[in-house]
Amino acid sequence: MKVVRVSHAAIQPDEGLAALAGLGGGALASFTGIVRDDNGVTAIELEHYPGMTEASLYSLIEAATARWSLLGAVITHRVGIVPVGAPVVVVGAASLHRAEALEATAFLIDRLKTEAPFWKRAHYADGTAKWVDAKASDDARSERWT
Amino acid sequence: MKLVYFASVREAIGLSSEECDVPQDARRVGDLVAWISAGSQEHARALHDLSRLRFALDQEMVASDALLGEAQELAIFPPVTGG
Repeated sequence: MKVVRVSHAAIQPDEGLAALAGLGGGALASFTGIVRDDNGVTAIELEHYPGMTEASLYSLIEAATARWSLLGAVITHRVGIVPVGAPVVVVGAASLHRAEALEATAFLIDRLKTEAPFWKRAHYADGTAKWVDAKASDDARSERWT
Repeated sequence: MKLVYFASVREAIGLSSEECDVPQDARRVGDLVAWISAGSQEHARALHDLSRLRFALDQEMVASDALLGEAQELAIFPPVTGG
C-alpha cells in the first residue's frame, strides 16, 4: 500500500494511518508536522509544483520500500494556508517489526524536506509575510540517509 | 521551452510561467538561466545567483550543469521548504 495525498483541506492524521494499521504487521510509525507558534506567526502558506509534487512523494515511498521491508507507507501533505497548530504533513509506515517502520518514517520526512517541491511562506500577526529559508540542518539530516 | 517559476523566484519575476525559444548555444541549464536573466531587470534580480536556485527539467530535480536535451519544461525555484 503506497498512498500520496496533496490536500487543500485540513488533514485528519488518523484517516491516512488507519489503513496502515490493518495490513497485518506489528508496527505502525508516523510523524506529524504541525505549524509552530513561532514569534508572531499566525499561519503558514504552502506553494507547490503540481504534478512534480505527487511524483516526488511517490518516489520517496518507492525508495523507502526498496530499502526497508515495509507493508505500506503514506504521505499526506497540505497546501494553501495552514493556521498555527494545524497539521501540515503526516508520514506513516507499517512493517512487521518496529525498526523498519521507525527508520522508514524518519527517512521519508527527512528526504521530503529537502526533495519535495513545496515552499513555505510565514504570515505574521501584523499582516506581513515572508518566505521561509531552507535550513542547513535539514540538508544534514537528509544526507545521513545516502 | 516552457519556463515555470515558484515562490520567491515567481514573485521577483512577476510571472508564474512563460515560453522561451532556447538559443542554440545554450546546452545546459545554467547557460539557459544566464540567458533568461539577461531578459529584464526583474529576471536578473531573481536569477543572478545560481547557487541560491534549484532546477527541475520535466519535473525531475537537476543540477545547473545538466544538459537541456529535449526537455519541454524548466522549473526554477529557491531551495524547497516543505514538511
